[in-house]
Amino acid sequence: MSTLGSGAVPTTRPKPPLLYNPKVRGIAYQVVLCAVIALLAWAAVDNAADNLARAKIASGFGFWDTTAGFDISQTLIAYTTTSSYGRAFWVGLLNTLLVAGLGIVFATILGFIIGIARLSKNWLVAKLAGGYVEIIRNLPLLLQLLFWYNAVLKALPGIRESIAIPGGGFLNNRGLFLPEPVFLPASRAAVIALAVGIVVAIGYRIWAKRRQMRTGQLAPVGWVALGLVIVLPLGVLALSGFPVQFNYPESGRFNIRGGMEVLPEFMALLFGLVVYTAAFIAEVVRAGISAVPRGQTEAAYSLGLRPGLTLRLVVVPQAMRVIVPPLTNQYLNLTKNSTLAVAIGYPDLVQIFAGTVLNQTGQAVEVIAITMAVYLVISLVTSGLMNLYNRRIAIVER
Amino acid sequence: MKRVVFSVAVAAILAAAASAASAQTLNTIKTRGSLNCGANGTLAGFGLPDSQGRWTGLDVDLCKAIAAAIFNDPSKVKFVPLTAKDRFTALQSGEVDVLARNTTWTSSRDTSLGLNFTAVNYYDGQGFLVRKSLKVNSALELNDAAVCVQQGTTTELNLADYFRANKMKLKTVTFATADEAIKAYDASRCDAYTTDVSGLAGERLRLANSDDHIVLPEVISKEPLGTVVRHGDDQWFDIVKWTHYAMVNAEELGITKANVDDQGKSDNPDVKRLLGTEGKHGEALGLPNDWAVRIVKHVGNYGEVFERNVGQGSPLKIPRGLNALWNKGGLQYAPPVR
Repeated sequence: MSTLGSGAVPTTRPKPPLLYNPKVRGIAYQVVLCAVIALLAWAAVDNAADNLARAKIASGFGFWDTTAGFDISQTLIAYTTTSSYGRAFWVGLLNTLLVAGLGIVFATILGFIIGIARLSKNWLVAKLAGGYVEIIRNLPLLLQLLFWYNAVLKALPGIRESIAIPGGGFLNNRGLFLPEPVFLPASRAAVIALAVGIVVAIGYRIWAKRRQMRTGQLAPVGWVALGLVIVLPLGVLALSGFPVQFNYPESGRFNIRGGMEVLPEFMALLFGLVVYTAAFIAEVVRAGISAVPRGQTEAAYSLGLRPGLTLRLVVVPQAMRVIVPPLTNQYLNLTKNSTLAVAIGYPDLVQIFAGTVLNQTGQAVEVIAITMAVYLVISLVTSGLMNLYNRRIAIVER
Repeated sequence: MKRVVFSVAVAAILAAAASAASAQTLNTIKTRGSLNCGANGTLAGFGLPDSQGRWTGLDVDLCKAIAAAIFNDPSKVKFVPLTAKDRFTALQSGEVDVLARNTTWTSSRDTSLGLNFTAVNYYDGQGFLVRKSLKVNSALELNDAAVCVQQGTTTELNLADYFRANKMKLKTVTFATADEAIKAYDASRCDAYTTDVSGLAGERLRLANSDDHIVLPEVISKEPLGTVVRHGDDQWFDIVKWTHYAMVNAEELGITKANVDDQGKSDNPDVKRLLGTEGKHGEALGLPNDWAVRIVKHVGNYGEVFERNVGQGSPLKIPRGLNALWNKGGLQYAPPVR
């Protein structure tokens, strides 16, 4: 009993000298490493600048405002041969974003359809989807793009044998030409109606969801939304006497002018990217759905849900948690793969900026640095958005 | 600590690489045992390998002539096929010693790329190839036409300039390589294909039905095609320049592949100086005195090279035109060896 207080062990050990303190040493190592990396980066930049100056290669970003002098086949913003290299950069960036954005949307739709089809109980559907995935994802994308481009060019008729599309459009190997709607000022009411319709439709959906939670009654959300978003603006348009004119494409001596023009290069690139990426997305979707335990489906059936509803309400929401992270990878891949546009003459950022602008100015270091920075930003934004979405659908811990 | 030492070593190597860039090109080539020549690879008459990998063409022969002058062996050349877009980067970075790839001499290329143009080995101009069925007789009738063009060329800029100057509308379809551009033209993607006139002659022969196509008479630009070297090595610049001049001088003096040995006994002082039996003009270049003999014996004079590759001895059958000697109505003129 009396031994309790004896053998007085000191409660705090003596502090080790600073040199042997693991925490201090760890921090010191990291500081040294950072300094070395900074030194290396500085040496590389200095070395490049030194070499460029020695070889009398122009450097700096002065070229940005210089006249470009070359023509671009697809421009979403105003661009002429007298525009600057900077303007050409934006034209290329928008063309890249256009093909990547549309590609992501269509590849997701096609990928989900094929991924679900691969799990179908119908033997033929499942095997067809499996065959699609195995063939498409095992062939190099560049070959596929060249194939689709030549398929588009060879299969479509020449400019003089254009296929006339009812309503004033044309299809030939120079592209798809459609009447372009020109909205007159009086059509502003319809635009306001569209905006109101969208807001009301979203509000109605929230209300219907709450009511369903409370009373279990279903509301025809889809039909009401369709009415609000499409029928309402069209009705307003009709009431104001259709203040819309169409700019019809017309054949000139060589080409079709006016209207909206979709280049065959764009069609081939979009089609190739969608078909290729959809094969990978299909596998991601299949894996996600397979990861949902069979018991979930059985439980849904035993509650009386039909197979379609089971898939939509029980299986897919759980599968999404598995699907979204690898899906993000596929979106990034599609965006980066769009740089293969250069092989089939689609004017994307790499073709215009890292191609023609680099060659005309000779400023490889600056141009490539800008191009890499742009793709980095696009990729980081894409994955940032997907991470936000992933957080929303993640399991809520209760 | 090991990591730090390693990093410093890497930094030191990077810094060392910077100063080695301006070393003597001729010595590097001699040590390596071969000349690295940036060539076209897809253009008949200028640079094209055959099925056995043997390169032929006007530009190719210039590289062979340089190798002959250095090594007395025209086969000691490694040809590196380059696209129009990549050619300058390949030369700047030292991947090739000389660029002989039908490259137009312009002021901005000469001044801002860190490169020097040596001499013009072919005077060219830009033209248009169209289908006969279009019934077009002049480039001025091409308003609204779609034109296929290769990226990274002066052609791309001249095309836009020409249509702008003549107030015509244009649809350009740009491809990374001439191969893809001509294929798209063949598939009727474009009404016209444009490049240098010499290139049109070669590309026309590769089309499915070459007789259905014609080259329009207009030549819309000056395209002096020359060989290019890096800034900073004047000896190498002189060697490349004088290799071309030796071939032109040889033609002017009537020295050919066949008679070069007999000409060695000539009493003509111009011939004696060129062939190295009088003076030390080869040594001044850093080459043996019989450098010009080696060039003419292995490759030929300018006229022979021209006729063999693009002239009457070739499928292209391009007339001498601007590329005739100065005393025969052309522009090919070489300073005297003296």
